[in-house]
Amino acid sequence: MANSLFEEKLSSNDFIITTEIGPPKSVDVSEVVHHIKLLKDKVDAINITDHQSSVMRFPSIGGCLLVRELGGEPILQMTCRDRNRLALQSELLLAYSRDIKNVLSLTGDSIDVGDHKDAKPVFDLDSVQLLKMIRTLESGIDMGGNELGAAPKFCIGTSVHPEADFIEPQLIKFDKKVAAGAQFFQTQGIFDLASFRRFMQYASQFDVKILAGIIVLSSAGMARYMNNNVPGIIVAQSLIDELAAVEKGKGLQKGIEIAARFIKTIREEKLCHGVHIMAVGNENIVPDILEAAELVSSSR
Amino acid sequence: MIVAEQKPLEDIIRMIVPYERVLILGCGTCMTVCDAGGEREVSFLHNALQLAQARSGEGAHTFSEHTVKRQCDPEFLEALGEKTADVDVILSLGCGIGVQAIAEYLPDMPVLPGVNTSFMGMTKESGVWDERCAACGECRLEDTGGICPITRCTKGILNGPCAGVKNGKCEANKDMDCAWILIYQRLERLQQLDKMRRYYPPRNFRAIPRPRRIMSKAETVTGESNG
Repeated sequence: MANSLFEEKLSSNDFIITTEIGPPKSVDVSEVVHHIKLLKDKVDAINITDHQSSVMRFPSIGGCLLVRELGGEPILQMTCRDRNRLALQSELLLAYSRDIKNVLSLTGDSIDVGDHKDAKPVFDLDSVQLLKMIRTLESGIDMGGNELGAAPKFCIGTSVHPEADFIEPQLIKFDKKVAAGAQFFQTQGIFDLASFRRFMQYASQFDVKILAGIIVLSSAGMARYMNNNVPGIIVAQSLIDELAAVEKGKGLQKGIEIAARFIKTIREEKLCHGVHIMAVGNENIVPDILEAAELVSSSR
Repeated sequence: MIVAEQKPLEDIIRMIVPYERVLILGCGTCMTVCDAGGEREVSFLHNALQLAQARSGEGAHTFSEHTVKRQCDPEFLEALGEKTADVDVILSLGCGIGVQAIAEYLPDMPVLPGVNTSFMGMTKESGVWDERCAACGECRLEDTGGICPITRCTKGILNGPCAGVKNGKCEANKDMDCAWILIYQRLERLQQLDKMRRYYPPRNFRAIPRPRRIMSKAETVTGESNG
Protein backbone atom coordinates (compact mmCIF):
# COMPACT_ATOMS: atom_id res chain seq x y z
CA MET A 1 0.00 0.00 0.00
CA ALA A 2 1.21 3.47 -0.81
CA ASN A 3 2.40 5.67 2.04
CA SER A 4 0.86 8.77 0.56
CA LEU A 5 -1.40 9.94 -2.23
CA PHE A 6 1.68 11.19 -4.01
CA GLU A 7 3.39 7.81 -3.77
CA GLU A 8 0.28 6.21 -5.24
CA LYS A 9 0.41 8.74 -8.08
CA LEU A 10 4.09 7.99 -8.65
CA SER A 11 3.32 4.33 -9.13
CA SER A 12 0.66 5.11 -11.74
CA ASN A 13 1.56 5.79 -15.34
CA ASP A 14 0.13 9.30 -15.22
CA PHE A 15 2.21 12.33 -16.08
CA ILE A 16 3.11 13.78 -12.68
CA ILE A 17 3.02 17.49 -11.88
CA THR A 18 4.51 19.02 -8.78
CA THR A 19 5.27 22.61 -7.94
CA GLU A 20 6.73 24.53 -5.07
CA ILE A 21 5.91 27.45 -2.85
CA GLY A 22 8.50 29.58 -1.11
CA PRO A 23 7.31 30.63 2.35
CA PRO A 24 7.64 34.26 3.45
CA LYS A 25 10.00 35.98 5.84
CA SER A 26 6.98 36.79 7.94
CA VAL A 27 4.41 35.44 10.36
CA ASP A 28 1.75 36.48 7.89
CA VAL A 29 1.09 33.38 5.82
CA SER A 30 -1.93 34.68 3.91
CA GLU A 31 -0.12 34.66 0.58
CA VAL A 32 1.06 31.07 1.07
CA VAL A 33 -2.48 30.08 1.96
CA HIS A 34 -3.69 31.80 -1.21
CA HIS A 35 -1.13 29.95 -3.32
CA ILE A 36 -1.92 26.60 -1.72
CA LYS A 37 -5.64 27.08 -2.39
CA LEU A 38 -4.86 28.12 -5.96
CA LEU A 39 -2.64 25.13 -6.71
CA LYS A 40 -3.62 22.19 -4.51
CA ASP A 41 -6.14 20.71 -6.93
CA LYS A 42 -4.11 21.45 -10.04
CA VAL A 43 -0.94 19.55 -9.12
CA ASP A 44 -0.12 16.20 -7.54
CA ALA A 45 1.95 17.63 -4.73
CA ILE A 46 3.33 20.93 -3.47
CA ASN A 47 6.87 21.28 -2.17
CA ILE A 48 7.44 23.87 0.51
CA THR A 49 11.02 25.09 0.21
CA ASP A 50 13.43 24.97 3.15
CA HIS A 51 15.08 28.40 3.48
CA GLN A 52 15.81 28.43 -0.25
CA SER A 53 19.03 30.22 -1.18
CA SER A 54 19.89 30.08 2.54
CA VAL A 55 17.51 32.95 3.28
CA MET A 56 15.77 32.70 6.66
CA ARG A 57 12.02 32.25 6.27
CA PHE A 58 8.93 30.52 7.61
CA PRO A 59 9.89 26.82 7.71
CA SER A 60 9.08 24.06 5.27
CA ILE A 61 7.37 21.99 7.95
CA GLY A 62 5.11 24.95 8.78
CA GLY A 63 4.15 25.34 5.15
CA CYS A 64 3.52 21.60 4.84
CA LEU A 65 1.16 21.77 7.82
CA LEU A 66 -0.77 24.49 5.99
CA VAL A 67 -0.92 22.36 2.83
CA ARG A 68 -2.33 19.51 4.90
CA GLU A 69 -4.85 21.73 6.66
CA LEU A 70 -6.05 23.01 3.31
CA GLY A 71 -6.39 19.53 1.84
CA GLY A 72 -3.33 19.48 -0.41
CA GLU A 73 -0.51 16.95 -0.72
CA PRO A 74 2.73 18.34 0.75
CA ILE A 75 6.36 17.47 0.06
CA LEU A 76 8.62 18.42 2.95
CA GLN A 77 11.91 19.82 1.68
CA MET A 78 14.68 19.01 4.08
CA THR A 79 18.19 20.38 3.72
CA CYS A 80 21.19 19.41 5.81
CA ARG A 81 22.44 22.97 6.19
CA ASP A 82 20.69 24.05 9.37
CA ARG A 83 20.03 20.97 11.50
CA ASN A 84 22.14 18.21 12.91
CA ARG A 85 21.02 14.57 12.91
CA LEU A 86 18.96 14.93 16.10
CA ALA A 87 16.97 17.86 14.72
CA LEU A 88 16.47 16.21 11.31
CA GLN A 89 15.19 12.99 12.85
CA SER A 90 12.84 14.72 15.27
CA GLU A 91 11.39 16.82 12.47
CA LEU A 92 10.70 13.65 10.50
CA LEU A 93 8.83 12.23 13.49
CA LEU A 94 6.78 15.42 13.67
CA ALA A 95 6.12 15.36 9.92
CA TYR A 96 4.90 11.77 9.88
CA SER A 97 2.67 12.30 12.91
CA ARG A 98 0.98 15.20 11.07
CA ASP A 99 0.43 13.12 7.92
CA ILE A 100 3.28 14.74 6.01
CA LYS A 101 4.75 11.66 4.33
CA ASN A 102 6.62 12.92 1.30
CA VAL A 103 10.16 14.16 1.92
CA LEU A 104 12.72 15.68 -0.43
CA SER A 105 16.30 15.24 0.77
CA LEU A 106 18.71 18.01 -0.23
CA THR A 107 22.20 19.04 0.80
CA GLY A 108 21.15 22.69 0.98
CA ASP A 109 22.67 25.80 -0.53
CA SER A 110 25.79 27.22 1.01
CA ILE A 111 25.32 29.64 3.91
CA ASP A 112 27.45 32.08 1.88
CA VAL A 113 24.75 32.68 -0.74
CA GLY A 114 22.11 33.63 1.83
CA ASP A 115 21.19 36.43 4.21
CA HIS A 116 22.82 35.06 7.38
CA LYS A 117 26.37 34.68 6.14
CA ASP A 118 27.84 34.59 9.67
CA ALA A 119 25.79 31.54 10.69
CA LYS A 120 27.37 28.18 11.45
CA PRO A 121 26.85 25.77 8.54
CA VAL A 122 25.79 22.40 9.98
CA PHE A 123 26.02 19.71 7.27
CA ASP A 124 26.19 16.98 9.91
CA LEU A 125 24.78 14.77 7.12
CA ASP A 126 24.75 15.11 3.35
CA SER A 127 21.78 14.40 1.08
CA VAL A 128 22.78 10.75 0.51
CA GLN A 129 23.25 10.14 4.22
CA LEU A 130 19.89 11.83 4.92
CA LEU A 131 18.18 9.40 2.52
CA LYS A 132 19.79 6.48 4.33
CA MET A 133 18.83 7.94 7.68
CA ILE A 134 15.17 8.13 6.65
CA ARG A 135 15.24 4.47 5.60
CA THR A 136 16.89 3.63 8.93
CA LEU A 137 14.14 5.44 10.86
CA GLU A 138 11.60 3.43 8.89
CA SER A 139 13.23 0.24 10.11
CA GLY A 140 12.35 1.33 13.62
CA ILE A 141 15.69 2.55 14.88
CA ASP A 142 17.24 5.98 15.05
CA MET A 143 20.79 6.93 14.08
CA GLY A 144 21.91 6.30 17.63
CA GLY A 145 20.79 2.69 17.28
CA ASN A 146 17.85 3.16 19.65
CA GLU A 147 14.43 1.69 19.03
CA LEU A 148 11.54 3.95 18.09
CA GLY A 149 8.19 3.38 19.81
CA ALA A 150 6.53 3.46 16.40
CA ALA A 151 8.28 3.91 13.08
CA PRO A 152 7.34 6.25 10.21
CA LYS A 153 7.16 5.34 6.52
CA PHE A 154 7.89 7.96 3.91
CA CYS A 155 7.89 8.47 0.19
CA ILE A 156 11.31 9.99 -0.38
CA GLY A 157 12.85 11.96 -3.16
CA THR A 158 15.88 14.07 -3.83
CA SER A 159 17.40 16.19 -6.57
CA VAL A 160 19.76 15.65 -9.46
CA HIS A 161 21.54 18.09 -11.79
CA PRO A 162 21.20 16.70 -15.36
CA GLU A 163 22.68 19.83 -16.97
CA ALA A 164 25.75 20.14 -14.78
CA ASP A 165 28.67 21.29 -16.92
CA PHE A 166 30.65 18.31 -15.64
CA ILE A 167 28.13 15.49 -15.44
CA GLU A 168 30.12 12.39 -14.46
CA PRO A 169 30.54 13.20 -10.74
CA GLN A 170 26.85 14.15 -10.59
CA LEU A 171 25.88 10.77 -12.06
CA ILE A 172 27.96 8.98 -9.43
CA LYS A 173 26.03 10.88 -6.80
CA PHE A 174 22.76 10.06 -8.58
CA ASP A 175 23.64 6.35 -8.39
CA LYS A 176 24.36 6.67 -4.68
CA LYS A 177 21.05 8.40 -4.09
CA VAL A 178 19.20 5.62 -5.91
CA ALA A 179 21.05 3.02 -3.85
CA ALA A 180 20.23 4.96 -0.67
CA GLY A 181 16.53 4.57 -1.35
CA ALA A 182 15.37 7.60 -3.35
CA GLN A 183 12.07 6.91 -5.13
CA PHE A 184 11.77 10.12 -7.10
CA PHE A 185 13.99 12.93 -8.34
CA GLN A 186 13.01 16.54 -8.91
CA THR A 187 15.75 17.81 -11.16
CA GLN A 188 17.50 21.16 -11.15
CA GLY A 189 16.17 23.50 -13.82
CA ILE A 190 16.13 22.02 -17.34
CA PHE A 191 17.00 24.53 -20.05
CA ASP A 192 18.51 22.28 -22.70
CA LEU A 193 16.44 19.30 -23.78
CA ALA A 194 19.33 17.68 -25.66
CA SER A 195 21.37 17.28 -22.50
CA PHE A 196 18.26 16.23 -20.58
CA ARG A 197 17.63 13.48 -23.15
CA ARG A 198 21.18 12.24 -22.65
CA PHE A 199 20.64 12.20 -18.89
CA MET A 200 17.38 10.27 -19.27
CA GLN A 201 19.09 7.66 -21.44
CA TYR A 202 21.27 7.03 -18.40
CA ALA A 203 18.63 7.44 -15.70
CA SER A 204 15.99 5.24 -17.32
CA GLN A 205 17.90 2.09 -16.34
CA PHE A 206 16.89 2.74 -12.71
CA ASP A 207 13.50 2.11 -11.15
CA VAL A 208 12.97 5.70 -10.03
CA LYS A 209 10.68 8.51 -11.18
CA ILE A 210 12.24 11.59 -12.72
CA LEU A 211 10.39 14.90 -12.62
CA ALA A 212 12.03 17.50 -14.84
CA GLY A 213 12.62 20.80 -13.07
CA ILE A 214 10.99 23.69 -14.92
CA ILE A 215 12.09 27.12 -13.75
CA VAL A 216 9.89 29.91 -15.01
CA LEU A 217 12.02 32.75 -16.37
CA SER A 218 10.53 36.22 -16.16
CA SER A 219 13.09 38.23 -18.14
CA ALA A 220 16.50 38.02 -19.77
CA GLY A 221 17.89 39.96 -16.80
CA MET A 222 16.48 37.43 -14.34
CA ALA A 223 17.98 34.59 -16.38
CA ARG A 224 21.41 36.24 -16.39
CA TYR A 225 21.12 36.98 -12.69
CA MET A 226 20.31 33.34 -11.96
CA ASN A 227 23.25 32.18 -14.08
CA ASN A 228 25.56 34.34 -12.03
CA ASN A 229 24.06 34.00 -8.57
CA VAL A 230 21.86 30.95 -8.10
CA PRO A 231 23.73 27.73 -7.35
CA GLY A 232 23.46 25.10 -10.05
CA ILE A 233 21.46 27.08 -12.60
CA ILE A 234 22.68 27.23 -16.18
CA VAL A 235 20.15 28.98 -18.47
CA ALA A 236 20.95 28.35 -22.13
CA GLN A 237 21.92 31.45 -24.15
CA SER A 238 19.23 30.71 -26.75
CA LEU A 239 16.55 31.13 -24.06
CA ILE A 240 18.11 34.37 -22.81
CA ASP A 241 18.06 35.66 -26.41
CA GLU A 242 14.44 34.61 -26.78
CA LEU A 243 13.49 36.52 -23.62
CA ALA A 244 15.55 39.55 -24.63
CA ALA A 245 13.71 39.78 -27.95
CA VAL A 246 10.27 40.46 -26.45
CA GLU A 247 9.04 43.96 -25.70
CA LYS A 248 9.33 45.33 -22.18
CA GLY A 249 6.77 44.00 -19.73
CA LYS A 250 6.14 40.86 -21.76
CA GLY A 251 9.01 38.85 -20.27
CA LEU A 252 6.95 36.79 -17.87
CA GLN A 253 4.47 35.96 -20.59
CA LYS A 254 7.36 34.71 -22.70
CA GLY A 255 8.65 32.77 -19.69
CA ILE A 256 5.29 31.06 -19.32
CA GLU A 257 5.34 30.22 -23.03
CA ILE A 258 8.85 28.73 -22.77
CA ALA A 259 7.95 26.71 -19.68
CA ALA A 260 4.82 25.38 -21.33
CA ARG A 261 6.76 24.48 -24.47
CA PHE A 262 9.27 22.47 -22.45
CA ILE A 263 6.53 20.70 -20.52
CA LYS A 264 4.63 19.82 -23.70
CA THR A 265 7.74 18.42 -25.36
CA ILE A 266 8.70 16.42 -22.29
CA ARG A 267 5.22 14.99 -22.06
CA GLU A 268 4.74 14.28 -25.74
CA GLU A 269 8.13 12.63 -26.13
CA LYS A 270 7.66 10.80 -22.81
CA LEU A 271 11.14 11.98 -21.84
CA CYS A 272 10.49 11.41 -18.15
CA HIS A 273 7.70 10.80 -15.66
CA GLY A 274 6.59 14.35 -15.00
CA VAL A 275 7.61 17.88 -14.20
CA HIS A 276 8.34 19.97 -11.15
CA ILE A 277 7.45 23.61 -11.79
CA MET A 278 9.46 26.25 -9.94
CA ALA A 279 7.87 29.66 -10.44
CA VAL A 280 10.33 31.40 -8.07
CA GLY A 281 8.10 34.02 -6.48
CA ASN A 282 5.48 33.90 -9.26
CA GLU A 283 3.41 31.02 -7.90
CA ASN A 284 0.27 32.74 -9.22
CA ILE A 285 1.17 31.92 -12.81
CA VAL A 286 1.51 28.14 -12.36
CA PRO A 287 -2.11 27.59 -13.51
CA ASP A 288 -1.37 29.65 -16.66
CA ILE A 289 1.60 27.40 -17.43
CA LEU A 290 -0.48 24.27 -16.94
CA GLU A 291 -3.13 25.68 -19.25
CA ALA A 292 -0.59 26.69 -21.88
CA ALA A 293 0.94 23.21 -21.65
CA GLU A 294 -2.56 21.72 -22.10
CA LEU A 295 -2.30 19.97 -18.78
CA VAL A 296 -5.57 21.16 -17.31
CA SER A 297 -7.90 18.22 -17.67
CA SER A 298 -11.28 17.56 -16.21
CA SER A 299 -9.68 15.20 -13.70
CA ARG A 300 -7.71 18.04 -12.13
CA MET B 1 52.00 24.19 9.46
CA ILE B 2 49.76 26.60 11.31
CA VAL B 3 48.93 29.75 9.37
CA ALA B 4 47.93 33.06 10.94
CA GLU B 5 47.51 36.72 10.14
CA GLN B 6 48.67 39.58 12.31
CA LYS B 7 45.80 41.48 13.91
CA PRO B 8 45.20 45.02 12.64
CA LEU B 9 47.47 47.54 14.35
CA GLU B 10 44.53 49.44 15.86
CA ASP B 11 43.32 46.25 17.58
CA ILE B 12 46.77 45.68 19.04
CA ILE B 13 47.01 49.30 20.24
CA ARG B 14 43.60 48.95 21.92
CA MET B 15 44.60 45.69 23.65
CA ILE B 16 47.79 47.05 25.18
CA VAL B 17 46.20 50.24 26.61
CA PRO B 18 46.12 48.99 30.25
CA TYR B 19 49.76 47.92 30.25
CA GLU B 20 52.96 49.96 30.33
CA ARG B 21 55.85 47.60 29.61
CA VAL B 22 55.09 45.35 26.64
CA LEU B 23 57.19 42.39 25.52
CA ILE B 24 56.49 41.56 21.89
CA LEU B 25 57.19 37.86 21.63
CA GLY B 26 57.69 36.12 18.32
CA CYS B 27 57.67 32.45 17.44
CA GLY B 28 60.42 30.89 15.37
CA THR B 29 58.40 28.08 13.83
CA CYS B 30 55.08 28.29 11.93
CA MET B 31 54.57 32.02 12.55
CA THR B 32 57.96 32.74 11.03
CA VAL B 33 57.20 30.68 7.93
CA CYS B 34 53.81 32.33 7.36
CA ASP B 35 55.19 35.86 7.89
CA ALA B 36 52.81 36.54 10.78
CA GLY B 37 54.99 36.51 13.88
CA GLY B 38 58.65 35.67 13.39
CA GLU B 39 61.66 37.75 14.33
CA ARG B 40 61.14 40.04 11.34
CA GLU B 41 57.46 40.72 12.08
CA VAL B 42 58.26 41.29 15.77
CA SER B 43 60.72 43.98 14.77
CA PHE B 44 58.27 45.58 12.28
CA LEU B 45 55.49 45.59 14.88
CA HIS B 46 57.84 47.06 17.50
CA ASN B 47 58.64 49.95 15.14
CA ALA B 48 55.01 50.42 14.15
CA LEU B 49 53.82 50.59 17.76
CA GLN B 50 56.55 53.08 18.69
CA LEU B 51 55.75 55.22 15.69
CA ALA B 52 52.00 55.14 16.41
CA GLN B 53 52.63 56.16 20.01
CA ALA B 54 54.89 59.02 18.97
CA ARG B 55 52.41 60.27 16.37
CA SER B 56 49.36 60.11 18.61
CA GLY B 57 51.10 61.57 21.60
CA GLU B 58 49.02 59.14 23.67
CA GLY B 59 50.26 56.25 25.76
CA ALA B 60 53.49 55.76 27.64
CA HIS B 61 54.36 52.23 26.64
CA THR B 62 57.87 50.88 26.59
CA PHE B 63 58.45 47.99 24.23
CA SER B 64 60.91 45.15 24.18
CA GLU B 65 61.13 42.28 21.73
CA HIS B 66 62.22 38.67 21.68
CA THR B 67 61.56 35.53 19.64
CA VAL B 68 61.65 31.98 20.94
CA LYS B 69 62.12 28.86 18.85
CA ARG B 70 58.61 27.57 19.58
CA GLN B 71 56.01 29.12 21.87
CA CYS B 72 53.96 25.93 22.02
CA ASP B 73 56.70 23.99 23.77
CA PRO B 74 57.44 24.66 27.49
CA GLU B 75 61.03 23.59 26.87
CA PHE B 76 61.57 26.64 24.69
CA LEU B 77 59.69 28.95 27.04
CA GLU B 78 62.31 28.26 29.69
CA ALA B 79 64.66 30.25 27.48
CA LEU B 80 62.55 33.35 28.19
CA GLY B 81 64.25 33.57 31.61
CA GLU B 82 64.77 37.16 32.67
CA LYS B 83 63.12 38.59 29.56
CA THR B 84 59.77 38.66 31.36
CA ALA B 85 61.06 40.08 34.66
CA ASP B 86 60.39 43.73 33.89
CA VAL B 87 57.31 43.56 31.70
CA ASP B 88 53.59 44.02 32.43
CA VAL B 89 52.24 42.06 29.50
CA ILE B 90 53.36 39.71 26.76
CA LEU B 91 52.05 40.47 23.29
CA SER B 92 52.44 37.08 21.67
CA LEU B 93 52.84 36.73 17.94
CA GLY B 94 52.56 32.99 18.37
CA CYS B 95 49.47 31.08 17.24
CA GLY B 96 46.61 30.47 19.64
CA ILE B 97 48.51 27.50 21.04
CA GLY B 98 51.56 29.64 21.76
CA VAL B 99 49.45 32.23 23.59
CA GLN B 100 47.91 29.52 25.76
CA ALA B 101 51.22 27.79 26.39
CA ILE B 102 52.61 31.08 27.72
CA ALA B 103 49.50 31.65 29.85
CA GLU B 104 49.99 28.21 31.40
CA TYR B 105 53.72 28.66 31.82
CA LEU B 106 53.46 32.13 33.40
CA PRO B 107 50.30 32.07 35.54
CA ASP B 108 50.74 35.68 36.79
CA MET B 109 51.54 37.26 33.45
CA PRO B 110 48.80 38.63 31.16
CA VAL B 111 49.28 37.49 27.57
CA LEU B 112 47.63 39.02 24.51
CA PRO B 113 47.14 37.46 21.07
CA GLY B 114 48.80 39.54 18.36
CA VAL B 115 47.69 37.28 15.50
CA ASN B 116 44.46 35.62 14.41
CA THR B 117 45.25 31.93 14.01
CA SER B 118 43.60 30.92 10.77
CA PHE B 119 44.21 27.35 9.66
CA MET B 120 46.57 24.50 8.99
CA GLY B 121 47.86 24.83 5.51
CA MET B 122 50.63 24.86 3.01
CA THR B 123 52.58 27.43 1.07
CA LYS B 124 50.97 27.75 -2.36
CA GLU B 125 53.40 30.35 -3.65
CA SER B 126 55.45 33.07 -2.02
CA GLY B 127 53.12 34.95 0.31
CA VAL B 128 50.12 32.68 -0.37
CA TRP B 129 48.97 29.95 1.99
CA ASP B 130 46.08 27.56 1.45
CA GLU B 131 44.17 25.62 4.09
CA ARG B 132 44.56 21.88 3.67
CA CYS B 133 43.68 20.10 6.92
CA ALA B 134 40.84 20.51 9.41
CA ALA B 135 42.36 18.11 11.96
CA CYS B 136 39.12 16.11 11.93
CA GLY B 137 40.77 13.18 13.65
CA GLU B 138 39.61 10.65 11.03
CA CYS B 139 41.81 11.04 7.97
CA ARG B 140 40.04 9.88 4.82
CA LEU B 141 42.58 11.06 2.24
CA GLU B 142 43.09 7.45 1.17
CA ASP B 143 39.55 7.45 -0.23
CA THR B 144 39.62 10.88 -1.79
CA GLY B 145 42.78 10.87 -3.85
CA GLY B 146 44.74 12.91 -1.33
CA ILE B 147 42.30 15.85 -1.49
CA CYS B 148 40.40 16.67 1.71
CA PRO B 149 36.64 17.18 1.32
CA ILE B 150 36.28 18.21 4.96
CA THR B 151 38.62 21.14 4.44
CA ARG B 152 38.18 22.01 0.80
CA CYS B 153 34.44 21.52 0.32
CA THR B 154 32.62 24.43 1.93
CA LYS B 155 29.94 22.00 3.10
CA GLY B 156 32.37 19.25 4.08
CA ILE B 157 30.14 16.63 2.43
CA LEU B 158 31.35 13.08 1.87
CA ASN B 159 29.44 11.51 -1.01
CA GLY B 160 30.23 13.67 -4.02
CA PRO B 161 29.58 17.19 -5.29
CA CYS B 162 26.47 19.19 -4.54
CA ALA B 163 24.58 20.69 -7.48
CA GLY B 164 26.00 24.15 -6.89
CA VAL B 165 29.22 23.53 -8.80
CA LYS B 166 29.65 25.58 -11.98
CA ASN B 167 32.75 25.63 -14.21
CA GLY B 168 34.44 23.48 -11.58
CA LYS B 169 34.03 26.23 -8.99
CA CYS B 170 32.21 26.32 -5.67
CA GLU B 171 28.83 28.03 -5.26
CA ALA B 172 30.13 29.74 -2.13
CA ASN B 173 33.12 31.32 -3.86
CA LYS B 174 33.55 31.45 -7.63
CA ASP B 175 37.34 31.60 -7.26
CA MET B 176 37.47 28.38 -5.27
CA ASP B 177 37.77 24.98 -6.91
CA CYS B 178 35.06 22.45 -6.10
CA ALA B 179 36.80 19.86 -3.94
CA TRP B 180 34.66 17.07 -5.33
CA ILE B 181 35.52 17.90 -8.94
CA LEU B 182 39.20 17.81 -7.97
CA ILE B 183 38.67 14.51 -6.17
CA TYR B 184 36.87 13.04 -9.19
CA GLN B 185 39.61 14.12 -11.59
CA ARG B 186 42.39 12.81 -9.37
CA LEU B 187 40.68 9.46 -8.70
CA GLU B 188 40.04 9.11 -12.43
CA ARG B 189 43.75 9.67 -13.12
CA LEU B 190 44.65 7.12 -10.48
CA GLN B 191 42.03 4.73 -11.88
CA GLN B 192 40.38 4.61 -8.48
CA LEU B 193 36.92 5.99 -9.25
CA ASP B 194 35.41 3.02 -7.42
CA LYS B 195 36.37 4.88 -4.26
CA MET B 196 34.04 7.71 -5.19
CA ARG B 197 31.22 5.27 -5.93
CA ARG B 198 31.30 3.94 -2.38
CA TYR B 199 28.86 5.18 0.21
CA TYR B 200 30.47 7.04 3.08
CA PRO B 201 28.45 7.13 6.31
CA PRO B 202 28.02 10.25 8.44
CA ARG B 203 31.11 11.50 10.23
CA ASN B 204 31.78 10.42 13.77
CA PHE B 205 32.10 13.67 15.65
CA ARG B 206 33.12 11.71 18.74
CA ALA B 207 36.48 11.45 17.03
CA ILE B 208 36.92 15.04 18.07
CA PRO B 209 35.81 15.42 21.69
CA ARG B 210 37.24 18.83 22.50
CA PRO B 211 39.79 19.40 23.78
CA ARG B 212 41.68 16.42 22.41
CA ARG B 213 44.79 14.79 23.82
CA ILE B 214 47.28 12.36 22.32
CA MET B 215 49.59 10.36 24.56
CA SER B 216 52.53 8.66 22.92
CA LYS B 217 53.95 7.68 26.31
CA ALA B 218 51.09 6.98 28.66
CA GLU B 219 53.32 6.91 31.73
CA THR B 220 54.42 10.52 31.30
CA VAL B 221 50.96 11.86 32.06
CA THR B 222 49.62 10.80 35.40
CA GLY B 223 46.01 11.42 36.30
CA GLU B 224 46.01 15.03 35.18
CA SER B 225 42.79 16.18 33.54
CA ASN B 226 42.86 17.02 29.86
CA GLY B 227 43.31 20.74 29.20
